[in-house]
Amino acid sequence: MKKKHRIYTVVAVVIGIGVLALLETYLGAFPKRIFVLAGIYVTLALSLNLINGFTGLFTLGHAGFMAVGAYTCALLTMPPELKAMNFFLKPIVPFLANVEWPFLPALLMAGLVAGFIGFLIAAPVLRLRDDYLAIATLGFGEIIRIVFTNTQTLTNGALGLKGLPRFTTVWWSWGVAALTVLFMVNLINSSYGKAFKAIREDEVAAEAMGISLFRHKVVSFTIGSVLAGIGGALMGHLLGAIDPLMFRFLMTFNILLIVVLGGIGSITGSVVGAVLVTITMEFLRVLDGTIDLGFITIAGKPGMRMVIFSAGLMAVVIFYQKGLMGHNEFTWAGLSRVTRKLRAKLK
Amino acid sequence: MSVLTTDKLTMVFGGLTAVDDLNITIEKNEIIGLIGPNGAGKTTAFNMITGVYKPTGGTITFDREDITNERPDRITVRGIARTFQNIRLFKQLSVWDNVIIAHHLRLRSNLFAAVARTPSYRREEKEISDRSMELLKDVGLEELSGEQASSLPYGKQRRLEIARALATSPRLLLLDEPAAGMNPQESRDLMKFIHEIREKFDLTILMIEHHMQVVMGICERIYVLDYGKTIAHGVPEEIQNDPKVIEAYLGVD
Repeated sequence: MKKKHRIYTVVAVVIGIGVLALLETYLGAFPKRIFVLAGIYVTLALSLNLINGFTGLFTLGHAGFMAVGAYTCALLTMPPELKAMNFFLKPIVPFLANVEWPFLPALLMAGLVAGFIGFLIAAPVLRLRDDYLAIATLGFGEIIRIVFTNTQTLTNGALGLKGLPRFTTVWWSWGVAALTVLFMVNLINSSYGKAFKAIREDEVAAEAMGISLFRHKVVSFTIGSVLAGIGGALMGHLLGAIDPLMFRFLMTFNILLIVVLGGIGSITGSVVGAVLVTITMEFLRVLDGTIDLGFITIAGKPGMRMVIFSAGLMAVVIFYQKGLMGHNEFTWAGLSRVTRKLRAKLK
Repeated sequence: MSVLTTDKLTMVFGGLTAVDDLNITIEKNEIIGLIGPNGAGKTTAFNMITGVYKPTGGTITFDREDITNERPDRITVRGIARTFQNIRLFKQLSVWDNVIIAHHLRLRSNLFAAVARTPSYRREEKEISDRSMELLKDVGLEELSGEQASSLPYGKQRRLEIARALATSPRLLLLDEPAAGMNPQESRDLMKFIHEIREKFDLTILMIEHHMQVVMGICERIYVLDYGKTIAHGVPEEIQNDPKVIEAYLGVD
């Protein structure tokens, strides 16, 4: 049975790679971009889910770490002449003026720098709990953004960075997403992942079991920040331009929404949620324009899709409190159970 | 050689002295009872020994080392495990995961080895799962290992909590009202069970208990607390006939 499942997995991976290759070649520019964005949101949702869903730390500063990653990667990969063009108000700090790294090392560096900042913030903030932690992390996320707005020579301030090389392809976005899924599955099933869950369930009991709360919280928060940094970097190189306003609380909110919708504490849920939300958001864009129903015409209101979307989210939270997946994960055994049930019903 | 000694251990909450000058000495492999009316300070004493509360005075010595003011997780690593008065299992996790988690503190592999699933980590994981299986067998829960912890009946939850405490490889086990809510038959089983685990795991046990049948039947020595003060100390027969203890429990006319 187990062997059979392993074969299924290999087949699924091969088919997955094939599908990615097809989409990369045949998908039009606009749908491809949405598809790539969905992959990035998978990584981001998983990173937030690790902290919020698995370790039970209610944090809202994710956009800040994405900003750190996006800026790090952008500044490392932009060619010197492009930097000179971008920094026309004040010249860029000398040590960054002439660097031009390839994408992969820059991406890794983005993760490391975001992780380091996350680590520094974790130490004071993780002494707090629940709502207080949420408020403190939210504050830190905003502080990062404000700092970036004001460090003209380092980040080009409010002008942002434009003309970033468009490195993020289907392969990058979904490759990183796949690696993140693999990492998360191994982490969550390991002794460390179980310790995270124990902290989420009951801090007093976890501590009585010899689990150092502080150490494990810091580790979880730091790993989440690393992944957020990488996700932010991928996003920057997909959109081609970044500025501090991109990384407002709304960004964190979008990711949180995916996590809640998919199921807090479910890897499968985050993946499904990310794809679902990204695609739905694009389809709902129709609502922002003028809608002509024949008998009535509704004037276009930008933001209308958010209204519909939020109503949908409310419905999910009311009727499926645990999100689409709850704490459950996709397994082959689970899938065959479901198909057997369906078959029985059809007969 | 004494395993645990508390010297003038005191805990003051605002104006209330919950535990006043508590002096306990526990020898290796003893089973000691800590009794007293409600609010006598028994659980507070447990919380100080396990590091949940920082004592306002006095010292705690475990294995000849001062552990006063140490963090709860460090104390567990040293070899003191506990159960809780109002069961604190990891409710949404399986019985199996509850026991696995309690092995985490002895894990040698680091996070990277665990995520990369190196051969040495996998070996360790195998050892842990073998030990967990054995522990669940010892407490008679092996068939329920896949169940969610909160779905177990009350008595089994208590057993799981003890199994989880044992999984941390303690030398001193603190049981907070293990027989609470048990019928006479269950209490007799529990007493047998406590004797068994003491032999099997070479344990020293300190227990809080209200069930007099259990306390008198199993404890070799008993400390009696009332309003934070130790009012009596001795073997069960002495305690049963101590006028001060009778007064504390029943009052005088």
